Amino acid sequence: MGLELYLDLLSQPCRAVYIFAKRNGIPFELRPVELRKGQHLSDAFAQVNPLKKVPALRDGDFTLTESVAILLYLNRKYKVPDHWYPQDLQACARVDEYLAWQHTTLRRNCLRALWHKVMFPVFLGEPVSPEMLAATLAELDATLQLLEDKFLQNKAFLTGPHISLADLIAITELMHPVGAGCQVFEGRPKLAAWRQRVEAAVGKDLFQEAHEVILKAKDSPPADPIIKQKLMPRVLAMIQ
Amino acid sequence: MGLELYLDLVSQPCRAVYIFAKKNGIPFELRPVDIFRGQLVSKDFSQINNLCKVPALKDGDFILSESTAILIYLSSKYPTADHWYPSNLQARARIHEYLGWHADCVRGTFGVPLWTQVLAPLIGVHLPEEKVQRNRAAMDRALQELEDKFLRDQAFLTGQHVTLADLMALEELIQPVAVGFDLFEGRPKLTAWRERLEAFLGMDLCQETHGLILNILEQAANKKIPDPAPEVYPYMLLRISRIP
Repeated sequence: MGLELYLDLLSQPCRAVYIFAKRNGIPFELRPVELRKGQHLSDAFAQVNPLKKVPALRDGDFTLTESVAILLYLNRKYKVPDHWYPQDLQACARVDEYLAWQHTTLRRNCLRALWHKVMFPVFLGEPVSPEMLAATLAELDATLQLLEDKFLQNKAFLTGPHISLADLIAITELMHPVGAGCQVFEGRPKLAAWRQRVEAAVGKDLFQEAHEVILKAKDSPPADPIIKQKLMPRVLAMIQ
Repeated sequence: MGLELYLDLVSQPCRAVYIFAKKNGIPFELRPVDIFRGQLVSKDFSQINNLCKVPALKDGDFILSESTAILIYLSSKYPTADHWYPSNLQARARIHEYLGWHADCVRGTFGVPLWTQVLAPLIGVHLPEEKVQRNRAAMDRALQELEDKFLRDQAFLTGQHVTLADLMALEELIQPVAVGFDLFEGRPKLTAWRERLEAFLGMDLCQETHGLILNILEQAANKKIPDPAPEVYPYMLLRISRIP
């Protein structure tokens, strides 16, 4: 059995892994795990990842979780072009710096924006107060400013002249609030131009394919009540 | 000018960087940054790190933030033993796997007791008991996962040798201990891991690194912690508001 990737393209880190594997022609079996149907909570999936989260990778006997770990593993094992995660000490450090920073900032805010704006009301049938939503969107806005001012600045890509894992992780995160109907790129020409460059580097068709699911997030059918009960505690913990 | 490390040993990720550099004999100038005297948001420091965070590294013209990035940079640039950040593909993947989970479940969570007991009261903020309990529960869950998913029957978190993962974890877990919440009690496996790790690092180095934080309650009781500078208030209030 070759490489298996357990993914739901609803999830930002899953999209980054999917795009990376496809873009680099890495052969894999896609193992869909439908989060909205609670499939990640099944006993079968617990055999793959006892922490019940996607993405997950299985390569023979070796199972791996956490998107950054998976991306770095694929990067090294399949000998992809250097620009994704450069050998150069300082260039590599810049990517590491972004990957570390984004986890508790952009990632968190994009996740909250999607859940507060769309997933709680539409999928879980749980209202979100206008104050909470406003606070979440304000935090997202502040983080977008940091992204532009501290990372992108006047460069073509986040960590230098070429696309890297940093850009892939960032763009897939930003598509979360876009899927929720937030105007992430409007009024931010620098960021919008960066987005165009990233899409071109990834390939427009692949980019669109990877984002089909999130762009339809607002059309999520309401959760089955039994599944909703199982999902709620984990969702609440996830978006703290 | 050689390597400079901008650190405040009250901060968990700063301690991980400090202990790593010292243990590996990496020569550096320590640039102490006192977070609560507002040095983080000072003009001088923002020229060093425009994100205004510690730890920060300056190596000639090259400036780097984020403890994980700094640790990887140091382990790659200086002659350090392979076990810290192994070149083996799968062993290295395990470290990144730990660090990903750590960012979600440990970072942020284990720092809360210091905030509730010492730092928030310094600016007159008292957190509701509900939040304290919620944080305890989150720490309990994380510790269970740490033992069950990572440590298991291994000597260290990602295998039989000490890695960057163990340093990051140790420094976070020490934070609540410093304010009297002994999370090692009743957890013999975790206690044994801590003892092995501290023995490996050396008691002198551990004391040197942990001295400041382990004295924090005494300092607070003796009113030896300076009142935070006004320019630090916004950062503190934001941090406090994030406590679930």
